[in-house]
Amino acid sequence: MPAIDIQNLVKTFGRTQALNGLDLSVEIGEVHGFLGPNGAGKSTTIRVLLGLLRADSGEVRLLGGDPWRDIATLHRRLAYVPGDVTLWPNLSGGEVIDLLGRLRGGMDERRRAELLERFELDPTKKGRAYSKGNRQKVALVAALASDVELLILDEPTSGLDPLMEEVFRECIADERARGRTVLLSSHILSEVEALCERVSIIRDGRTVESGSLSELRHLTRTSITAELDTAPDGLARHPGVHDLNVDGTTVRLEVDPPQLGDVLGELTKLGVRSLASRPPTLEELFLRHYATDASRERSTPEAS
Amino acid sequence: MTQLLGTNALVQLGMRRDRIMIPVWLYALIAVVASTGYSYGRLYDTRAARLGFASAVATNGSTLAFYGHVYNADSIGGLTAWRLSGIGAALTAAFTVLLVVRHTRADEEAGRLELIGAGVVGRYAPLTTGVVIALGADAALAGLVLIAQVAVGLPFAGAVAFALGWFGAGLVFAAVAAVTAQIAETSRVANGLAFGVLGLAYLLRAVGDAGPSWVSWLSPIGWSQQLRPYAGERWWVLGLFVALAAVIGAVAYGLVERRDIGAGLLPTRPGPAAAAPTLRSPLALAWRLQRGLLAGWAVALLIYGAVIGGIADGIDALVQESKGTRDIITDMGGTKSLIDAFLATAAGLLGLAAAVYAVQAVLRLRTEETEQRAEPLLATRVGRIRWALSHVTIAVAGSVVLLALGGLSAGLAHGLRSHDVGHQLPRVLGAALAQLPATWVVTAVALALFGLRPRAAPAGWGVLGACLLLWLLGPSVHLAQWAMDISPFTHIPKLPGSAFSTTPLALLTAIAVLVAAAGLAALRRRDIG
Repeated sequence: MPAIDIQNLVKTFGRTQALNGLDLSVEIGEVHGFLGPNGAGKSTTIRVLLGLLRADSGEVRLLGGDPWRDIATLHRRLAYVPGDVTLWPNLSGGEVIDLLGRLRGGMDERRRAELLERFELDPTKKGRAYSKGNRQKVALVAALASDVELLILDEPTSGLDPLMEEVFRECIADERARGRTVLLSSHILSEVEALCERVSIIRDGRTVESGSLSELRHLTRTSITAELDTAPDGLARHPGVHDLNVDGTTVRLEVDPPQLGDVLGELTKLGVRSLASRPPTLEELFLRHYATDASRERSTPEAS
Repeated sequence: MTQLLGTNALVQLGMRRDRIMIPVWLYALIAVVASTGYSYGRLYDTRAARLGFASAVATNGSTLAFYGHVYNADSIGGLTAWRLSGIGAALTAAFTVLLVVRHTRADEEAGRLELIGAGVVGRYAPLTTGVVIALGADAALAGLVLIAQVAVGLPFAGAVAFALGWFGAGLVFAAVAAVTAQIAETSRVANGLAFGVLGLAYLLRAVGDAGPSWVSWLSPIGWSQQLRPYAGERWWVLGLFVALAAVIGAVAYGLVERRDIGAGLLPTRPGPAAAAPTLRSPLALAWRLQRGLLAGWAVALLIYGAVIGGIADGIDALVQESKGTRDIITDMGGTKSLIDAFLATAAGLLGLAAAVYAVQAVLRLRTEETEQRAEPLLATRVGRIRWALSHVTIAVAGSVVLLALGGLSAGLAHGLRSHDVGHQLPRVLGAALAQLPATWVVTAVALALFGLRPRAAPAGWGVLGACLLLWLLGPSVHLAQWAMDISPFTHIPKLPGSAFSTTPLALLTAIAVLVAAAGLAALRRRDIG
């Protein structure tokens, strides 16, 4: 049984369709990256999972229960860090951490102290005095110190400095080692690449890619740079070759995975002096979806 | 002058932000002045009526402390000045403090000033902007008050002194707020400190007017009265306002030089590193968030009760010569005994005040929701209903506490003055507590709006405003009974004095419970956020 299983989730606000048949599956014990451009529906999905929003249609299972009906039992087992943390101006950070921990059903005092030290957070400051990054640390410490099975993190590092981001990565690695499940919505691709076994990419309220990072890479072109003996001819007509760039005897190109062998054969025939190939980074994967988004908008400017 | 660079642009921006708030304040204050002058003209239209009224004021310690002396008993202007020059000066000062802090410390706290400070703006420009906007609003107020007084037929010189009395208080408290905005790191504290100074000034004036008169001279609010509008104006008093404002203002500008942007001179106190063991439920959190509000209301209603209780026994003498005032009081109080009618009216006002508090307390739920502070709570084991009930509990229990305190202080003061504590205290306390079911109905309506139509939740204030208008104006314009019946407060027995019946109280309580339950049921089903 997966920790999170969403199928064909639809949620509309008035006339705007926020989620439009979204699928998401998170296995128990994995760190799952949840990616998508701004406004794609990441936070809406998370809020449906927390039972704050009611799904219009679709199947949503969270830790084997229904997030709308079984709130009391499910919320004992998860901790949540919102993307935009607002604290009560008059409560100190330490008070907020303790309050949230108690309302969740208990926290590990030793771990609380350890996390405060690792994140270098002063718990005596009042809520209004914290910067954005420090507010986020308060929510992170409260969530990570709780004894729960599932962590739902909505862009948890958007206000942290690089040092603190490193601390966050270590903490999530620890969580993974302890066997906790993490749903990590993020914009920071290197973070997702470092932490997540599997990712889901959503756009316009729909899942467009989902799978392990290596699976996703198979779906995407490999870029090749080669120096040849003779200038190439006819490569552009070869199926599967994209973005061909010829500069004398140096070629740069991208190739679809099924044609990789054929294209390499063609290059070998021309005499290869040097060859570099690179699998696509997550960033390229992600940017491809952004780009299609943008170019599609450009091609149909008056569509709406 | 480079220190003031950019002030012009900032003032224009500020005026735009305040284009609703300032006119509303001006309108409210001017309406009070015009209607007071007009109604005194009609109620005390004979010399005997005015003199009788003034002699009753002079012998009643409570009225002296609350309003001050009548310096010219034989003119409508003198009575208007007695009633409004001190209170109006205090309200002007409060309005000024809010404006100055809003444009200085509040902007700084929100980080907006940092954005502006990075532009071409002199060091003194932000503070000057706040002061200029506040004094501009005060000047407009003074001008309009002058016109309103002359329009109802009062003498020009007196009207000028009256208006300048208010402006002078505004001037001094603009300077006070300019200082507190430098001292405190948050706008709450800056406002609080300035209001503390204002409260002290009002208290000194009250002590001076009820006792040794030199004490009044320690207070800028006292100066507004010592200008003696309509009673042989003493123009030199204006010099006191200017001198004091100049000294305090210089301190404020000196402090600007000495501090960093964003910082205050009073450090914010750190909080505890860990929560108290009791902070472990939504109710404990709601109490923590709301206790300050309740404390403020409790002090206000204690004072109001004491003043009303202190006046009640002398009410016969105060309104002896004015049939009009008698009629208004007995109409609103619903009984022929003037003292009882007066106390019943006061109890009704206590009930409305408690309703204002309770609506404020319940609508905190909506603020918590829109500021996204509800979300992390609701992601824990806490369910929506338990979360909502935590704030509802504070609102309901708070309304009981407030009415009990107001009723106790009014009953005790009235009992002491009439030498009959044993009889009067329970009567007045009971009259105040009898308001509770009506208070709860209004609270429940606000809760129902929050559950059913969260965006329309502020309409809870509209419901309360309608009740207040019906209560205030209904009897005097002889409104049809069915229209009066819309307000739950109409159905509360007019205590003390009228017959007591539990039926309407039980019915109102039942309605409140049903409406609240409907709101909670809707909250269960809707989206949060």
